[in-house]
Amino acid sequence: MQEKDKTRRKVLIGLTSAIGLSGVPFAATPFIAAWNPSAKAKAAGAPVKLDVSKMQFGQQIQVSWRKQPVFIVRHTKESIASLDLALPKLADPNSDDIVEPYKGMNPSRSKSPEYSVFSGVCTHLGCAPKYFPEVEPKPWDASWSGGFFCPCHGSMFDIVGRVFKGVPAPTNLVVPPHMFEGSILTIGEDKEL
Amino acid sequence: MSEMAGKLFSWLNNRLPIVNTFERHLSKHPVPSKVNFWYLFGALAAVTLIIQIVTGIWLIMPYSNTEEQAFSSIEYIMRDVDYGWVIRYMHTTGASLFFAVVYLHMFRGLLYGSYQKPKELVWIFGCTIYLAMMAEGFLGYVLPYGQMSYWGAQVIISLFGAIPYVGESLELWVRGDYYISGITVSRFFALHVVALPLILIALVFLHLVALHEVGAGNPEGVDIEEHLDEDGVPLDSVPFYPYKVLNGLVAIGVFMTVFAIIMFFFPEGGGYFIEMANFQEANPLVTPDHIAPVWYYAPFYTMLRAIPDPLGGLIVMAAAVAIFFIVPWLDRSKVASIRYKGIYSKIAITLFGVSFLTLGYLGTVGVTEIRKIMSIICTIIYFAYFLLMPIYTKYEKTKEVPTRL
Repeated sequence: MQEKDKTRRKVLIGLTSAIGLSGVPFAATPFIAAWNPSAKAKAAGAPVKLDVSKMQFGQQIQVSWRKQPVFIVRHTKESIASLDLALPKLADPNSDDIVEPYKGMNPSRSKSPEYSVFSGVCTHLGCAPKYFPEVEPKPWDASWSGGFFCPCHGSMFDIVGRVFKGVPAPTNLVVPPHMFEGSILTIGEDKEL
Repeated sequence: MSEMAGKLFSWLNNRLPIVNTFERHLSKHPVPSKVNFWYLFGALAAVTLIIQIVTGIWLIMPYSNTEEQAFSSIEYIMRDVDYGWVIRYMHTTGASLFFAVVYLHMFRGLLYGSYQKPKELVWIFGCTIYLAMMAEGFLGYVLPYGQMSYWGAQVIISLFGAIPYVGESLELWVRGDYYISGITVSRFFALHVVALPLILIALVFLHLVALHEVGAGNPEGVDIEEHLDEDGVPLDSVPFYPYKVLNGLVAIGVFMTVFAIIMFFFPEGGGYFIEMANFQEANPLVTPDHIAPVWYYAPFYTMLRAIPDPLGGLIVMAAAVAIFFIVPWLDRSKVASIRYKGIYSKIAITLFGVSFLTLGYLGTVGVTEIRKIMSIICTIIYFAYFLLMPIYTKYEKTKEVPTRL
């Protein structure tokens, strides 16, 4: 075969392969897209509404949004004021190092000064931290001033979900999209965003 | 009658390479005449794979892969299906023993240099099998949809979330839902029963084909191809069939006895084979107080926990498995077997073994300050064994390898 023919053949092989390969992403699309949340799963993940006016002061409740726990804590004025006690232990007291719509939110970490609303999913590896409101020595912290402790890998958070220094969790607990309409709290939607 | 059978056989053999294959891979396949018990675990792994496939097929029949029924269908198998408990416990015991024999098989490889030239590909296929097994085991553990299935999967899938930029959408894509739901379970089911078994079988086939191409090793590290008889058969070899097949059967008998004792008397393996929390149905809102992986992932889980940053933990854990792939190029020793290697190699492999077992223990217990320090030290030893291998294998004094087995 002549040199010219060899070159032509190489070009043709190259072009045919390139055109053939360009079809691969198209053929792969349905197989990849079929793994996205289905319409049914998205509908089941719709926002949830609840009336928080009946909560006791200091009470923590757990709401399931998208089957993940969301923690709501109602604070007294004193407990909001005493938040500063844990300040030296916190890694990010102003919630600046976190990707969420409400960066640097007011001390309660919600759109209301009285309630805290944050996801109950540990930012380390997704376990649900437990609520220990008592101010007393704990096996994991001798100067515990109340907050959340993750049983899986020992991460600690204060009562508004701000992470302690030197624990596995990298950031504060995330505040999900939410809004208050009177005493009705909607989790999963914020019309102002 | 026998004439008929003979005719039928030659009809078949003219169309299918039966005699050829039998001779090439069994009755005329030379293997080293002297090996020790360490060389049995490959065969035991093959036997376990067959057990897993057969029991797996039987478990698919009564199992239900929906969020509502996954957990209760396991209880249905345990209580209402005739002998369902035997089949399920055979599968769970098989999973643990599969890992046990594969770990021993891999350790044999490290001891006797089974990865050295020209067996690099055999080793790489083996490492890939191990990787596929880890995925297979994880997916299978999610299927009963118990508390440990749920929270174990939650931790492992969260690892994807540690990847910068794409992490969170990747997590959502893997789950197909905002939590580990029936959608996740049914896709894991498809991967566990169809996709990964196909991959595993293909890899085992390649592992064996590559092994038969380059020949099996021996604990002396002697190259038996160096001394051949007049027919070109290695002098220090015996045909695989019947010599190895028949004594392999004895080993399989012993293995089956151990298997049966576990299956009938200790199917939960003290919470190491089936964790107690998995007898409760998955609850996405309550994490069990103590989360631990099954024993065969424990060493890697400890490394994950030892690193405070999730992405760092993920990288270290992935590197701990990935590093096995490059062992053939890390070992610079002139000799294959630990018997002829120098003192540094002997110390290194002992420390490695101890640190691997310690990491395994630490992964199954809770975290304390002292255990955290221990897990960091053991992780360092684990990696040092591999990363320093080019140095200590090159500069140590080795013994002379005999020419014959």
